[in-house]
Amino acid sequence: MSDMTIVRTSREEIEVYRFGPFISVLVPLLALVIQAFVPARWHGFAVLDLPLLVTIFFAVTRRSQMAGLMTGAIIGLVQDALTHQAIGLYGIAKTVVGYGASSLGVKIDVENPGTRLLVTAGFYLVHQAVYFMVARNILGVALEWLWARTLLAALLNGVAAVVLFAVLDRFKRST
Amino acid sequence: MESFFSRYRNASLLVVVLFAQVLGLAVQVKRTTETGGTRLVRFWVVNAIAPLEKSLVSTSHGVRNVWRNYVYLRGVRHENRDLKEQVERLRIEQVRLSEDAAQARRLQALLGFKEQFISQTVAAQVIGSSGSDQSHVVYIDKGLSDGVKPDMAVITPDGIVGKVLRVYHASSQVLLINDPDSGVGAILESSRLQGILRGTAAGEIMLRYVMSDEKVVAGERVLTSGGDRIFPKGLPVGAVQQTNPGSDLFLNIRVKPAADLSRLEEVLVVTRVVETTPSTAEPSGPVRAADILAERLPSVPQKPKVVPAAGAAVMATKPPAETSVTPPSNSAAGAPKPSTANTEGATPDATATKPAAKPVTPAPPAGTSGTATADGAATKPAVVKPAATKPAGGGEAGRPKQTNSAGQPPKPATPPPATQPGEEISR
Repeated sequence: MSDMTIVRTSREEIEVYRFGPFISVLVPLLALVIQAFVPARWHGFAVLDLPLLVTIFFAVTRRSQMAGLMTGAIIGLVQDALTHQAIGLYGIAKTVVGYGASSLGVKIDVENPGTRLLVTAGFYLVHQAVYFMVARNILGVALEWLWARTLLAALLNGVAAVVLFAVLDRFKRST
Repeated sequence: MESFFSRYRNASLLVVVLFAQVLGLAVQVKRTTETGGTRLVRFWVVNAIAPLEKSLVSTSHGVRNVWRNYVYLRGVRHENRDLKEQVERLRIEQVRLSEDAAQARRLQALLGFKEQFISQTVAAQVIGSSGSDQSHVVYIDKGLSDGVKPDMAVITPDGIVGKVLRVYHASSQVLLINDPDSGVGAILESSRLQGILRGTAAGEIMLRYVMSDEKVVAGERVLTSGGDRIFPKGLPVGAVQQTNPGSDLFLNIRVKPAADLSRLEEVLVVTRVVETTPSTAEPSGPVRAADILAERLPSVPQKPKVVPAAGAAVMATKPPAETSVTPPSNSAAGAPKPSTANTEGATPDATATKPAAKPVTPAPPAGTSGTATADGAATKPAVVKPAATKPAGGGEAGRPKQTNSAGQPPKPATPPPATQPGEEISR
């Protein structure tokens, strides 16, 4: 069983996927629009970070560190532009997540729903930690780290990722 | 060296991208205090996202309107009847309130208060938000082309919402009052304690800088104080939800906003605020304080008209440039002494009630039969109020105050006869 796991997680055995340019642009754009539109009507939706989930999905699916960090950087910078804060906060956080997720995608299989939940929850925490550190130390923003709220949000984003990734799996193409 | 970069190409790229963004952040932090302009990338993104959000809003509104206006009409007849009854009740209440408001206006005018009136607003729809818990902003579908400018107040009928932060061509970014970067001058309605409203990272609103020895009760309404020069004074902000002693000298007062900031749909942008002294004029026409006082004071029975002796009352006037009133001649035989009642009745408007700073006593003009003296003006300043402090052409306040023999106020519509220096006016 353990041998099988090793085989499954070797780079040669893990399939690398790619996406058409239309999907590559439309899905992040749609995620950003929904993220901006829905919380204005239903504030509780803001606990989800759809652009982050899309970043993680593209990163782990493409399994390219360069593509992952660039995807994260672009999505993060666009998300920054919608806030009133300095541009770069989400950019830096999502660049780190994009790089990390693609690095992880190279090493382990992330097709399993349970793995996806854990990976997404973990990267949500990394994202929040990077955002928190940059905001506090570079911009001097008075943020509070709320453990209970952050852990709950990480769990919710993990659950949402399982559903979202299953939908987005339909658009990926094998190389 | 080359092999190092080729070996760690991806990690190097990560470091470069992160470094570039950190550098960008540092530049923004430095520039914020200098210009505060809108970044180009922000401009592009908002102009790309806003049309999509607008189309989503209009589509959802269209579907909702069709459903509400044409399909789901259950109970509309019953509701219509109830509303008609409510309108009747409100009409009666409106009459009463308008009376109170008119009285309040008059009193404020008398006290010389200044009020800010919201004279122009632009209705806007909320089309989006930042989508982030760390940035409490919303986007509205009105921008530069609709006359919206930065720092304009955004309100709803329930209470204030925030202020315009950035303006684009057809949309604007509004900073909500529950954002940590927001600040609103506020006052507690009954205790009149003033403070500053600030948002928290969790999206709550706190009233800061109220001393801890003050007593603030939960439920007390919070209004705008007008001190921030953005929100007009007296707009509802919310109500005190909880009060705790702070770690410093001030109380921690949590305020529940009057407007539901998490479900905003339509808002009003205050595009013009007029600061003016409220007028005592009634909507139907100009009514002077003298007339109001005459109505409210116990009526004096009309005396039979006395025909004064020719030349008995003398009121010499100076040319308008000097805008003064020569006190009536005390030495004139048979001159009727003006009474105090005359003076009160002669107060034509609120501004005239202010005592003149320095009564002007002009020298008696040549050819005047009366002998106006300085004593006459100084010893009886209340009899006829000189309006010498008012500039010429300053309206009624600058004119000589005249009274008739019956002690009734003069007709406001009748201007005093133009007199030349030395002319005598018979009463």
